[in-house]
Amino acid sequence: MSIPAQASGAPDAEPDGAEDRLRRFATIWSRAIFPSTATSMTRPEFEQHLLPLARRLNDILHARPFDPAPANKVGAALVAAHCTDPDALSSTLGVVDSYLVLYCGGNGPVTLSTEDSRARCARMQHALAGGFTQALRERTLAEQEAIARSALTARSNAEEALHATEARFRAVFKDAAIGIGIADLEGNVLEVNDTLTRMFGGLDHHVRSHKVNEWVHPEDSPHVWKYYEELVRGEREHYRVEKPYYRNDGTVLWTNLTVSLLRDPEGRPQYQLALMEDTTERRLLNLRLRYEATHDALTGLPNRTLFFERLEKALSAADGSRFGLCYLDLDGFKAINDSLGHAAGDRLLVEVADRLQSCATAPGEMVARLGGDEFVALTTGPHTESEVDELACRILGVLATPIRLDGRELTVRGSIGVVEGPAGERSAAEVLRSADITMYRAKSAGGNRFEIADAEADARAITRHGLTTALPAALERGEFFIEYQPLVHLGDGTVHGAEALVRWCHPQHGVLGPDRFIPLAEHTGLIVPLGRWVLEESVRQANFWQERHSDGGPLRINVNLSPTQLHHPRLVAETVDVLERSGLEPGALCLEVTESALIGADDDLLKPLRQLAEMGVDIALDDFGTGYSNLANLRRLPVSVLKLDRSFTRGMQQHPADPVDLKIVEGIVSLAHSLDLAVTVEGVETGAQAEQLRKLGCDTAQGWYYARPGAPDRIHALLLADAV
Amino acid sequence: MERPAWAPQGIDISVPSVSRMYDFYLGGSHNFEVDREAARKAMEFMPGLPKIMQANRAFMRRAVRHAVSEGITQFLDIGSGIPTFGNVHEVAQAADPEARVAYVDHDSVAVAHSQAVLEGNDRAVIATGDLRRPQEILKSPEVSELLDLERPVALLLVAVLHFIEDADEPQVAVAELSESLAPGSLLVITHASYEGIPLTQEEAGGAVGVYRNIRNPLIMRSRDEVSRFFDGYEMVEPGLVAMPNWRPDTPVVQEQEDPYAFSGFGGVGRKA
Repeated sequence: MSIPAQASGAPDAEPDGAEDRLRRFATIWSRAIFPSTATSMTRPEFEQHLLPLARRLNDILHARPFDPAPANKVGAALVAAHCTDPDALSSTLGVVDSYLVLYCGGNGPVTLSTEDSRARCARMQHALAGGFTQALRERTLAEQEAIARSALTARSNAEEALHATEARFRAVFKDAAIGIGIADLEGNVLEVNDTLTRMFGGLDHHVRSHKVNEWVHPEDSPHVWKYYEELVRGEREHYRVEKPYYRNDGTVLWTNLTVSLLRDPEGRPQYQLALMEDTTERRLLNLRLRYEATHDALTGLPNRTLFFERLEKALSAADGSRFGLCYLDLDGFKAINDSLGHAAGDRLLVEVADRLQSCATAPGEMVARLGGDEFVALTTGPHTESEVDELACRILGVLATPIRLDGRELTVRGSIGVVEGPAGERSAAEVLRSADITMYRAKSAGGNRFEIADAEADARAITRHGLTTALPAALERGEFFIEYQPLVHLGDGTVHGAEALVRWCHPQHGVLGPDRFIPLAEHTGLIVPLGRWVLEESVRQANFWQERHSDGGPLRINVNLSPTQLHHPRLVAETVDVLERSGLEPGALCLEVTESALIGADDDLLKPLRQLAEMGVDIALDDFGTGYSNLANLRRLPVSVLKLDRSFTRGMQQHPADPVDLKIVEGIVSLAHSLDLAVTVEGVETGAQAEQLRKLGCDTAQGWYYARPGAPDRIHALLLADAV
Repeated sequence: MERPAWAPQGIDISVPSVSRMYDFYLGGSHNFEVDREAARKAMEFMPGLPKIMQANRAFMRRAVRHAVSEGITQFLDIGSGIPTFGNVHEVAQAADPEARVAYVDHDSVAVAHSQAVLEGNDRAVIATGDLRRPQEILKSPEVSELLDLERPVALLLVAVLHFIEDADEPQVAVAELSESLAPGSLLVITHASYEGIPLTQEEAGGAVGVYRNIRNPLIMRSRDEVSRFFDGYEMVEPGLVAMPNWRPDTPVVQEQEDPYAFSGFGGVGRKA
């Protein structure tokens, strides 16, 4: 009774020994059930795995006393090795039935009878099948329980997460700073948060008792209910509007409203979700800011901003619309401000504003304060042609009543520029400029009146304005030049000197005479640099002539001085400087000053002229006879030449000459000579005139009879002619 | 509409799950009737489906052992499903008790089950995650705490990429994951294909239709398409092959193997 292979334990059992037979059984078994197993083992691994089970079957077969029960462990072991397919059991039973006795029957210590072996084998199969089934059942139940528990766990995890999400949303809904409401598609309010209820005045009932589409407000934007209908029909996903609501106390709640459509999982419209932000405060603030930005703080009248908005609206109105504008500037307001103080001036403006306001009460009329003492009244509509005149009359009328201020009665008058016309032709700025120009016209005509704008007057003013602004650049660019008109000695007809006359070669307007731009230069102060340039240029030219014609006696140069130049503190110093730099004798320069500039002149004003006269510079009194001609004053003035205005010579152009003119000129010449003054006459156009003036004792003359103003080389030519 | 990240996924066990169907193919009982019904329907078209799953498990086991033999002890198994038997952590920890395994699945029942199975194993975790959102996986606390991505990791995408449609850009997802892996990391992929199946494409298409009907379409890809997932990797011998042919423990005897086992491809790549 020996089992050598087993005893030796050698893996390579002797051929056809007990161990070898056992292995062959395991191989057969493995081949039979491997196809129906789910194991991840390889075939050899699996066969190796079955070997202990085969041995156990062998042991059970030969055990004494025989007990088939342990075979159920083999069945259970198959389930543990993932041979859970029913085929694995039937194949196993088939293999055991056919091969166990065949391969292992003779392996025991006692040889069993065939009958005994078969009986044992059959009982073992019963036990094995029972064990397999038992194990499979337990495994199945355990796995079912495990997966069911996992599903439950997963579900409760999901529910927990859902609950947490819901709790978060509940918190968002409840504590949100914006109002949130949910309604069905019929507009029934289903859910609102506290914020929304508070926004509507705090009564839950007030909010819930109305359908969404009942919240109509007169100031609803035109689209809001169209959007609403589109949304509930499912044609629109969301809309955003600014919408007012009535609170339960009747006051208005303004909101930024966003409404979204909520759909069910199949995509059908289900609910509407409204998010609203209370913008009431912000809106009030905006309105106040807007009011402040468009109204004058002092008078409460609309300001320039609002006026321009209205004017632009009126000007862009439909065809057939007209507008009328009154531009009012108070006459002498500065004087009132200066004498009574700004506080009084302000009160006066407030009173004026109130009165003006009472003039423009009809629809389409407005009064605004543009600033300072400038006001505008605007009227619009189809009949402004007649209305605007009436408006201007009303304004002058309300101002006629004196204003009581600090116990005084002040009479306030104003000048009004009126512009009227059809809409759509001019810009607001153009209209206002025209009104401004016209107002100045009313003011220069004496004030307390209105003038109607006219295109020509505007154009003139606009040209003036254009020239004024172009002046500085013109000087820089050298657009000015000088023409010279000869001064002729009446005694012998020789050229005695020349008057420098400045011209402006304007790039657009051509050559402009001094009457066109000297007043503008006076006004802007540009006369000072312009006058200096004229002086330098003329003196330089005179010096040039001196050098060329030293034989012909000193040639004089006459240069005009404007009133502003006269007042300029550096007049003397600059004149000296110019003379010194050019080298011209002071006696060759004659500065012409108009009589009117010296009317009422005090010693301070005359001092620079005296200094110049003392240096030897001649001072001529220009346009003599046009002013008040205070003859007594003549003695006081440091002048050495009188230039008779051309109005005196005009009477001598006819033949015979006007005897009164002759007498006057004779008298003036006599007076001048007695004061040691030379007399120059202007505007000499005929030989007869020249002869008359010579006889009357005039010293020098200028005029077209001799030469028109011209380029410096013309004088040069005349000098050459004299010399011959 | 895309589900926002904070909204929990609902649990609906009346819908078949590919994880539980897989368990059924492998003879398990971690499944419900809906799963079995769908699986049986698929098996009507492809009776050998269980053999493919078995070959897949066997491949995975060899690949994990190979990784451990290469010194890799960190595993990231995405799409791990229902742990049946021969799981990555069992195989890996049998080879090296220090091995750490992070499982990821997007099926919440599979996750709950894995949690139960892994309880008490402090070197294996399960995270909820979706291969289509790789950054969420990499940043999940379970994965980032267990794995050290500065060191090589074996990334297992076993029988999962064929559930990602092209529109969801599986290529990009794999590239993103690969980018965060240390050099020397391994990428383990098995993928379904019409290539290798002992059926006509029409016949196999029936099974594919079953998956389409349960809203888990099975995307069959060609060998070329599958090999593109290994861009940036050096293929480990013998490359991308039928699963039983990848480093078999004993020489493959063709006649002994079920012909279905040769369906689809398996392969391992090493990151340069």
